[in-house]
Amino acid sequence: MTLRERLREKISAAFYRHGLLCASYPVPIILFTSASILTCCYPLLRLPLPGTGPVEFTTGVRDYTVPSHEPQGDLGERPDWYRGPPVAYIQQVLVKAAVSPWDSSLVPVDVFRSPLGRVFTLLEEIRNHVHSDGSGVQSLETLCLQVTDLLPGLRRMQSVLPEHSCLLVSPGNYWQNQRELFDSDPDLLKTIQKHEPKGLHTSATLRDLLFGVPGKHTGVSHYNRKRVVTYTITVVLGSYDARFLGSLRTRLKQLHPSANCSLRDDHMVHVHFKEEIGIAELIPLVTTYIILFAYIYFSTRKIDMVKSKWGLALAAVVTVLSSLLMSVGLCTLFGLTPTLNGGEIFPYLVVVIGLENVLVLTKSVVSTPVDLEVKLRIAQGLSNESWSIMKNMATELCIILIGYFTLVPAIQEFCLFAVVGLVSDFFLQMFFFTTILSIDIRRMELADLNRRLPAEAGLPPPKPGPLRPREVPPPPRPSPHTITLQTPAFRNLRLPKRLRVVYFLARTRLAQRIIMIGTVIWIGILVYTDPAGVRTYLAAQVSEQSPLGDPGGGGLPPHLGVAPVFHGGDPTSTLSVLPAPEPTPLPENQSQGHHGALPHPQAPPSVPQISWGAEDEEGWRRLSFRHWPSLFSYYNITLAKRYISILPVIPVTLHLSPQEALETRHPQDTRHPPPPIPKVSTDLQTDFTLYKVAALGLAAGVLLVLLLFCLYRVLCPRNYGQNGVAHGRRRRGDLPCDDYGYSPPVSEISPLLLRGHSMDIECLASDGMLLASCCLAGQIRVWDAQTGDCLTVIPHHGLRRSSSSGCWEQRDGWDSVGGATEPECLGSEGPSFGDGLSEDEGYPLRRRTAPSRVTLFTDQPDLTPLIDTNFTCQPPSHLSPPPRTGFDFGGLVERAYMEHEPPSPSAYPSPSSACSSSPPSAAHLQRRRSLGDTPAPTAQDRAFAAGTQPTADWDSAVWAMELRGNLIAAGRSSGKLELWDAVEGSLRCSNEDGVSGITALAFLNNRIVAARLNGSLDFFTVEINKPLGLLQYRGAPGRGSMPPSPCYSSEDVISCQLTRSVQCAHQKPITVLRAAAGRVVTGSQDHTVRVYRLEDSCCLFTLQGHSGGITAIYIDQTMVLASGGQDGAICLWDVLTGSRVSHVYGHRGDVTSLVCTTSCVISSGLDDLICIWDRSTGIKLYSIQQEVGCGASLGVISESLLVTGGQGCVSFWDLNFGDLLQTVYLGQSSDGQGVRQLLVLDNAAIVCDFGSELSLVYVPSVLEKLD
Amino acid sequence: MSLTLTAMTDSTVTSGPQQRSGSGQMPRPPQGPYISVITNRTTNLVIRGAMLFSVGVFLALVLNLLQVQRNVTLFPPDVISSIFSSAWWVPPCCGTASAVIGLLYPCIDSRLGEPHKFKREWSSVMRCVAVFVGINHASAKVDFANNVQLSLTLAALSIGLWWTFDRSRSGFGLGVCIALLATLATQLLVYNGVFQYTSPDFLYIRSWLPCIFFAGVITMGNIGRQLALYEYKVVQEKTHQD
Repeated sequence: MTLRERLREKISAAFYRHGLLCASYPVPIILFTSASILTCCYPLLRLPLPGTGPVEFTTGVRDYTVPSHEPQGDLGERPDWYRGPPVAYIQQVLVKAAVSPWDSSLVPVDVFRSPLGRVFTLLEEIRNHVHSDGSGVQSLETLCLQVTDLLPGLRRMQSVLPEHSCLLVSPGNYWQNQRELFDSDPDLLKTIQKHEPKGLHTSATLRDLLFGVPGKHTGVSHYNRKRVVTYTITVVLGSYDARFLGSLRTRLKQLHPSANCSLRDDHMVHVHFKEEIGIAELIPLVTTYIILFAYIYFSTRKIDMVKSKWGLALAAVVTVLSSLLMSVGLCTLFGLTPTLNGGEIFPYLVVVIGLENVLVLTKSVVSTPVDLEVKLRIAQGLSNESWSIMKNMATELCIILIGYFTLVPAIQEFCLFAVVGLVSDFFLQMFFFTTILSIDIRRMELADLNRRLPAEAGLPPPKPGPLRPREVPPPPRPSPHTITLQTPAFRNLRLPKRLRVVYFLARTRLAQRIIMIGTVIWIGILVYTDPAGVRTYLAAQVSEQSPLGDPGGGGLPPHLGVAPVFHGGDPTSTLSVLPAPEPTPLPENQSQGHHGALPHPQAPPSVPQISWGAEDEEGWRRLSFRHWPSLFSYYNITLAKRYISILPVIPVTLHLSPQEALETRHPQDTRHPPPPIPKVSTDLQTDFTLYKVAALGLAAGVLLVLLLFCLYRVLCPRNYGQNGVAHGRRRRGDLPCDDYGYSPPVSEISPLLLRGHSMDIECLASDGMLLASCCLAGQIRVWDAQTGDCLTVIPHHGLRRSSSSGCWEQRDGWDSVGGATEPECLGSEGPSFGDGLSEDEGYPLRRRTAPSRVTLFTDQPDLTPLIDTNFTCQPPSHLSPPPRTGFDFGGLVERAYMEHEPPSPSAYPSPSSACSSSPPSAAHLQRRRSLGDTPAPTAQDRAFAAGTQPTADWDSAVWAMELRGNLIAAGRSSGKLELWDAVEGSLRCSNEDGVSGITALAFLNNRIVAARLNGSLDFFTVEINKPLGLLQYRGAPGRGSMPPSPCYSSEDVISCQLTRSVQCAHQKPITVLRAAAGRVVTGSQDHTVRVYRLEDSCCLFTLQGHSGGITAIYIDQTMVLASGGQDGAICLWDVLTGSRVSHVYGHRGDVTSLVCTTSCVISSGLDDLICIWDRSTGIKLYSIQQEVGCGASLGVISESLLVTGGQGCVSFWDLNFGDLLQTVYLGQSSDGQGVRQLLVLDNAAIVCDFGSELSLVYVPSVLEKLD
Repeated sequence: MSLTLTAMTDSTVTSGPQQRSGSGQMPRPPQGPYISVITNRTTNLVIRGAMLFSVGVFLALVLNLLQVQRNVTLFPPDVISSIFSSAWWVPPCCGTASAVIGLLYPCIDSRLGEPHKFKREWSSVMRCVAVFVGINHASAKVDFANNVQLSLTLAALSIGLWWTFDRSRSGFGLGVCIALLATLATQLLVYNGVFQYTSPDFLYIRSWLPCIFFAGVITMGNIGRQLALYEYKVVQEKTHQD
């Protein structure tokens, strides 16, 4: 055990070092690996290309000896397969026969009847030929290949193919080699056609086999213009005897001299056949490949959480494939020639080697903490998995070794390949894949340098914890942000180079075309080199076009290994020329009569011309390359991986006299009227077959396309554009295990919960770096949007209002840093409410510690949460004094009242008076004064009243809030506008110019626009009087990304002046207010949208088009304006002209939220439907059905990522397809509260309210989408 | 591929028999009446059975072709007929058997209360199927010196298959039982002359037949378990969606 432990430790350490090495020097290592892959694959160049055509090799006849089995040194270009005796020697006797001179009294049948009839005499001659010399007597019987039974399935061929005798085929076999049968056959063509297979045939037909020349060259038809009949007698010899064959050749040539024949006979061709793959063998092969692809697919889809998933999947496949190639290359290098069928064992090899290690490595590396250095991550991930990798490899090697000792050659070879493959795969994994992975991870880190992904997003386990669950020191917060953040619109416009390359490839379909061209070229090469292919056809065409009687066939391209020139000094020509002038009369030759015809072969066209061209020399080439294999296969002899030797043909010319033709004529022959009966000539027939093949191929293609289409429809059931796609949401509990039993711990987005509010959160504002939230209790909290720290609490917890009156006192002296510790009591009724004090001590909220408090404005009222809070936390037993209840009640009534009708100023004194059970202080008086009248307090006033002046109005609720820089603008229901310092939590100024409640606020540059309940619109200017006179941008504190929003330091005196008030902006309360790009857009209950210019608060347009109150407006930097109303309509407007671009009805009920991207508009409505519209056309692309009551909140993170709020969760959708990407659950209690507001921050984070909590969700996967 | 099909068509399934063996999280109770639960479970079973059946038929055809091919020369005169060279009853039998086995495995897992946790991924299943085809391939194509060697090699391969992809006692037991039963059935069939082997060396059949049976049982069981897992997932997802 200790040994094992030690071993394990050693391995782990080694892997760690190796990981460090790989991550440190990625480029040299990749170069080294590529070089070694190429080196190992180099021997593969010598392996032949895949293809099934036979290979030829030509030797001379003269010095031919049967090659021995042993490989004899280096014999030039002698191929590997040319060893040992061939399966058979093939001797063809090529007969050309014609009736000459042609007589007009002859019928078309005569063209072939009598020539075919001569085959029987020739056969007789060949059979009976005996060569005798000193060594003994040789006859055909002793030399020929004796065949046994035909295959059982070929019973119907029994009558025509020889059995238990010499394999000797000729057209005579149709008539059992009996002249009598031939003579009595009324219709020769019918007999020949009888044996033709019906339908399509790919292999050689019986007609080809027996005639030995392609069907259309035989001339056996009624339409034979040349009136020359060609056929062969094929003798298959088992052993080679040069003298016998020589004597047979001489004898036949003597008997039937060919006058102008100059065929060469000094070369024999050896044809080697490769293993033929039939369909039956293809099916299992295809099956294994399908399984292989499924395996690769299922494996690579598990790669996750990396920069480029496809890149890594490709790297994994490359790793496996090149390790296989390396193994084959290495084996060939060391002299092991692969005898196994590579294509067959390949899938098994891949499966044995497997992609598992690669995936395990990836998983392990990406699950290391992201805040480590890349090197360390790689090293740690490697060393984590080192033991299991080594164990697996050892096991596999053992299994393969066991397989090696089965001592079966095939298995041994397989195992050898597998072992070498495994080792090279391990090598590649360690060097190639690890390095690629390190590059990928580094790219990922680089990508989020700009956006600084916080560590929480990538940490595997979502740690529970109230606020900041990690103790890692916070990353250097201020520095990186001020540098690089651009506005999102700008960022989206710029495409990265890599994407542009991909787009280019996709647009031009370059890869696809290259593959297609490659395939076409490969097929072309195959067809060209195929013996039955184009080249021979071309050769035949050329030779046919050469003039008749030209023996040389001058322009012929030479065949393989055949000497190109036919010179006169050939032994053939001497042989054939010699006997020609005086044909010797032979006793058994019955064709005496035609000798007279021989002297005038050059007779008028009626004399058929028998010519011998070069195409006859190797006439077998025109046959199908399956001709010989199929002939042998009938006798269960396979030619796969063996060869046959084809001897030079023996030419035989027969000239028959018309008399002979008439003699042999069958009585029925004349009865056939020549044209109509044999309707289909052979030529036409083959053409027809070609058409049939083409038509069938076309049909099959169409069928295939249809099938693929159906498959596509079945497999991709994304019903685009259909209403209410039902998408499953993933439950929190399910997350550790996905559909395939694989648990991705890292890809889980863990939300950061920001707790602190006691009531439901009502307003939410952010400027990217800071986050301000306001709850129903009136408490404003400022958070760091990056880390989730609560920076400030307004009202300050140190100050609390005593429960019995509206008086404030500072409670926690220890918490505020020095300064102004004496309780500031506005209504000094201190002694009377000691019990209330102790009661409120227990209120949990005030226990929060604020990080930084500056002493400056400690005397300002910083209050406990307001009315409702006190209500809730107050036990019923508590005896509260009447003034306090009156105050609270007043507040509530006021709110409820204001909901219904525009309040009058007279509504306001009531809370104040309720509060004024104590003698009112100066501040209180001031406030009352400002409530009644509207004199704008000047900056001097503020400065003067620094101690007490800007007092907060705690009586009214915050209805609207905005955050820019570190100023929070809060609009209250009392119509008061307050500016708070977000960091210090101090009230900087307030403006009580309006009396109607502020329903919406917009804070842009240094202007604040406030929309009021009575339909008026107020424009304020924020002025900063700097003591130093320097407008200082926020750089040093590093709190932001908005260049135009200046930083207000605490020394500045900030004033907020009402510059213009548009009294009747709308007839009815303003519901929405949006500002962007120098425009302010308001929507109101009065069915109109108005556009104002921000600078001079001038109303540019009043947009009419809705038939209901406006409920949602969207405008962004690019001046896109969209509005949605209670009528469910969505309008798109042109802000420059004020015209309506499009108008669609999308929802039943109010449109609750609207967002636009560059290509589409996303709207949500009260009907819980989220619709995605095409922005330019206004066509609905699709819609997503939301859960009930959760449709309102949505945001767009990037061009293609939509986030919506649900019941206790947020969901991420792919905008392009409407796919649910992920659902993030915000809290343990997953049901109940829905997400009502959702804010997308610049740094790919979203903030959403979740009851009384805020949730900060970082979306790490967006990083790749943004870039 | 057809799995996605099932996932789509099977959207109403609320609970399967495998849920009891599922880990941890209990899904919400099904909202429909009990009757619908029963029918949905039945649909679930039927769909899984149909898929297993088709897989079995396909494998039987292909592997039978492999076996037949050994005696086939280069150019069989009629190719298409050789695909269906076996008797018509062989593929349905294999299909039925594989459906039964594939349904039996998850069922037994849940009955024994030991859910199968080892390598439950589709890639692993694909690997298993590939190895099974490879074993058949080897038995058909590789020339062994004698039958004992062939049988021993195949036996080792089958055990290796089990060890690599299954490693459960129940799987092994079921595999051995079914292999024995199938061997017995084949013996009886051959004895009664329904068909015959070319060179029987183990009573009436080839001695490697039990190994092939065993490997097949393991493979089909693997597929069946994966299907069950998948539908269990679907079930959970669909329940949560409500």
